[in-house]
Amino acid sequence: MIIMAKKAKKTTKAKSKRPTKRGNGSTEKKIEGLATSVVEMAHRQQDPAIAIPTRALSNVAFNEKTRHVEMGENKQSRNFFNYGQAKRFMQTMLVASKCKDLIELGKTASIRQIYYLAKHTIKGTKEKTFDDQSESDPIIEDLEVAIDSLREELHVFASNRGNLAGYITLVDAGSTLDCTAMGSAGYAVPSICEPDVIQFKKCDAKFILHVEKDTVWRRFHEDRFWETHKCIISHGGGQPARGMRRLLRRMHEELKLPVFVLLDNDPWGYYIYSVIKHGSINLAYESRRMAIPDAKFIGVSSFDYDRCDMTDDVKIELDANDVKRAKQIANYPWFASKRPWQREIKKMLSNGFKMEVEAMISKDLSYLTEQYVPMKLKDKKQWLD
Amino acid sequence: MAAGPTGTKTNPPSEQLTLTFTSNSGAASIRRKTMQPKQPSKRRPSTPRAEAKKGGATRRGLSAEALGKQQRDISVSEFFAKNRHLLGFDNKRKALLTTVKEAVDNSLDACEEAGILPDIDIRVKQVDQDRFTVMVRDNGPGIVRQQIPNIFGKLLYGSKFHRLKMSRGQQGIGISAAGMYGLITTGKPVHILSKTGPRAQAHDYTLAIDTRKNKPDIIRDQEIEVEWSRGTQVTIELQAGYNKGRQSVDEYLELTAIANPHAQFVYHPPVGATVEFPRGTDELPDETREIKPHPYGIELGTFMKMIKESGAKNLGPFLAGEFSRVSPTVAKKVCGGAGLTTRTYLGTITPPVAERVYTVLQNTKLKAPSTDCLAPIGAESILTGLLKEIKAEFYTASTRPPSVYRGNPFQIEVGLAYGGELGSDHRDGDENGNGKGERTQSRVIRFANRVPLLYQQSSCCTFKAVTDTKWNNYSLSQSSGSMPQAPMVILIHMASVWVPFISEGKEAIADYDEIRKEVKLGIAECGRRLGILLRRKRKKVAHSKRRDVFTRYIDEVVEATRSMAVINKEEFRRSLVTLSKTYTAQADMEFDDHGKVIKKKKQQPGNDLGLADTIVVDREGGEEDNGTLFTEVANSISPMKAKGKRSSGRGTKKTKRKR
Repeated sequence: MIIMAKKAKKTTKAKSKRPTKRGNGSTEKKIEGLATSVVEMAHRQQDPAIAIPTRALSNVAFNEKTRHVEMGENKQSRNFFNYGQAKRFMQTMLVASKCKDLIELGKTASIRQIYYLAKHTIKGTKEKTFDDQSESDPIIEDLEVAIDSLREELHVFASNRGNLAGYITLVDAGSTLDCTAMGSAGYAVPSICEPDVIQFKKCDAKFILHVEKDTVWRRFHEDRFWETHKCIISHGGGQPARGMRRLLRRMHEELKLPVFVLLDNDPWGYYIYSVIKHGSINLAYESRRMAIPDAKFIGVSSFDYDRCDMTDDVKIELDANDVKRAKQIANYPWFASKRPWQREIKKMLSNGFKMEVEAMISKDLSYLTEQYVPMKLKDKKQWLD
Repeated sequence: MAAGPTGTKTNPPSEQLTLTFTSNSGAASIRRKTMQPKQPSKRRPSTPRAEAKKGGATRRGLSAEALGKQQRDISVSEFFAKNRHLLGFDNKRKALLTTVKEAVDNSLDACEEAGILPDIDIRVKQVDQDRFTVMVRDNGPGIVRQQIPNIFGKLLYGSKFHRLKMSRGQQGIGISAAGMYGLITTGKPVHILSKTGPRAQAHDYTLAIDTRKNKPDIIRDQEIEVEWSRGTQVTIELQAGYNKGRQSVDEYLELTAIANPHAQFVYHPPVGATVEFPRGTDELPDETREIKPHPYGIELGTFMKMIKESGAKNLGPFLAGEFSRVSPTVAKKVCGGAGLTTRTYLGTITPPVAERVYTVLQNTKLKAPSTDCLAPIGAESILTGLLKEIKAEFYTASTRPPSVYRGNPFQIEVGLAYGGELGSDHRDGDENGNGKGERTQSRVIRFANRVPLLYQQSSCCTFKAVTDTKWNNYSLSQSSGSMPQAPMVILIHMASVWVPFISEGKEAIADYDEIRKEVKLGIAECGRRLGILLRRKRKKVAHSKRRDVFTRYIDEVVEATRSMAVINKEEFRRSLVTLSKTYTAQADMEFDDHGKVIKKKKQQPGNDLGLADTIVVDREGGEEDNGTLFTEVANSISPMKAKGKRSSGRGTKKTKRKR
């Protein structure tokens, strides 16, 4: 059964007859198709438009069978002859043409490089096609969904984010890397982690521990946690980027490694967990490649304050925004039906404070790695699903 | 004390002085007051403390008799000499302003009462570091010789206090207080020249004020020849300070010129060139009628005093004769209600009975006071005034119907001037469509009976009404509870037979709910009109921007598409250009109620919004000569129906297209 998230935003059902067959024809052909459809519309004296599936909570559904957040059918039409959309229409066409160029040249570019490729001053004015990278980034995502191609297929990548270390040996672009011997910073996870880039060679790990931030990860790495527990430790630098998520998913799926997640005790941490487990709202079309529905949340839980006998010093007061966000998350369909999660969020609201993972260090520098996490890993009852 | 000057307005001056004094100076001075056995109402002011002191020797050994010797009368003049801030002489700068203001207000009142178009000459000269002379001359009726000393040399002497009639001055304190201030600070007496007609001799008076006795002290009195035919000239030397800018003499005159377009001012400032404020209209404001007090606005004490002082002998004629809106029939009903008859002899009415009559009177349903005693400036004159003094782009004005607070009729008028040289709105971009205009605070100019109010803006009822208004509804930005941020001047005028000022300095209007409500309604009316203009303007800008945007982006889109697929570049381009033309043409068309396209009418000068009492001046279309601009536009003011067909038709069409 598919539960649609409520809260419908202004979306218009697409009326364009743009072909939306998946896997049919190369990305190059799809971009060409986009261009020809625009030209045809213009010749028919219709307002040229691109139909872009809506990337918002209103157009996201939770598939209970696959336990993925999936994108719905709503589409927004981006028209050229609409004052509010004209610029973005032009920008979409520009980005599409640059991707076409990349594919033809057989090269890849970062999203920042795309921004510079597509940025120029419009003839006869002082206006720039793009003022900021924040304008081009969402356009790339729009293009991905509009022509139903992945970023890799558009020859675009993002900067590396996230690191890992532990008992795994992998081949990255031809180099064999033993992740137990990656120095103090670990293996930097690239933006594209598809099988043609990364292959797994050998794995002795029993599980993966994913933490929120670099600093926490460093603590585990320095304490050789992966060695004592025969595992892989990774972090995504906040909300994990697609590369990290894809790699986690592949290790989980191909190497059958269970994934445990250790995040801050705040609404943001809950959401990161939800992204890893079910997929994100913004990139819902990627869920089928990235979601890890069996991932487990081991902490930090709102109940840990009492459970671990913490002091007042670790409390960070919730602000109005946190409260709002927590309530929003509690209402997500994939959280709404889970009693333990409802209890957890309610507890945080009644606590009135949030805690960082680092809070555990206030007891002792090694409390986190030597006591807290081992205790959490042992006691299944404390996991949140 | 709520009563303030209102409650005592029918008193003879000497009693007014004691009352005012009591209310303002507090308990400390009450002890010093002489008992006046003649007045029964004064028999009881001895406070418990005073009583305690009289009963036997006090700690310091003063007996009641010794104390009694220290207690003596205080003259108003003395009181105000010590409390000059009550009259607006708190600092040097304000003293100069108040002096000019009092003199000019008197001149305007005099001219209008005599039916003369005011022509006023103001000279401020600096004689020393902080010493100035103020000379104000009008072309008014002049003052008869015997009255000159009293008017200029005695506080609380005047023609305006005892009547309920709309005029600038109210209490008769102003000009004599200015003279007194001058005398105190410089030792120089007031100099008055007055001529009542072309053939009369001019009286030349030099006056000082005896503050102890509140009496004029004539220093010189002679008849001389002057070169002007009629009017009054008053010269006061005083300690003062001169600044330009807000709350200055310059601002006061500018605002006075706005509210009094029928007057002409020539101002010689202490520094800089002479400033002329030309006359904008030859029509004098309507003459106002004096009215009787309305029972709802009378306090019990005043009511009792009226009973005592009335010329009538019986209750019925007294009620019907002394109050407005009390007919003989109503009077009879009131008498009956109080258990008396219309024939009841006034002399037999004791205070408790008077109170009964008063209560019945207050509970009787009466018509609101007649409002023909008010002479509003009028929307047209406000526009005239704003047009000649403020170089804006949009002007509108509205005169509210008369209303009543505490039995006093009043009328509110609001005017708005927006844009033009006042600046550009930060919401709108500049001509290139880039950037935003500067942030400017609006300015409120307040008037009471055509007199500008310059101080205590934030405690004024009208100001509160402005900040209360939700300007966002009229397409202006405003953070809640503050002034709107727009290049705008908001004019608010209150006309009333008795303007309730917060203090004697006449700086701010008291915050009566009725008044605030009327001001807000007036603002809303003008604001709506401004909103229509702004929305239309912004729509126009958006349309032209839209056209620009499409043409600007067409080449980009063509180039991008060309590198994605094999296309006929020129053909694609042509299709897009044709499309852009159809889309922008649709946006430019205007439609009537039936969806038919209206052909553009020839642009009328001024107001093409179809709004009443509104002028729009195109300041970008070349600088026009001030005089012609003014007459041209003033002639084109035509009271049209507020809802233009074009505007509504266009609005509906637009929304349709969006869907």
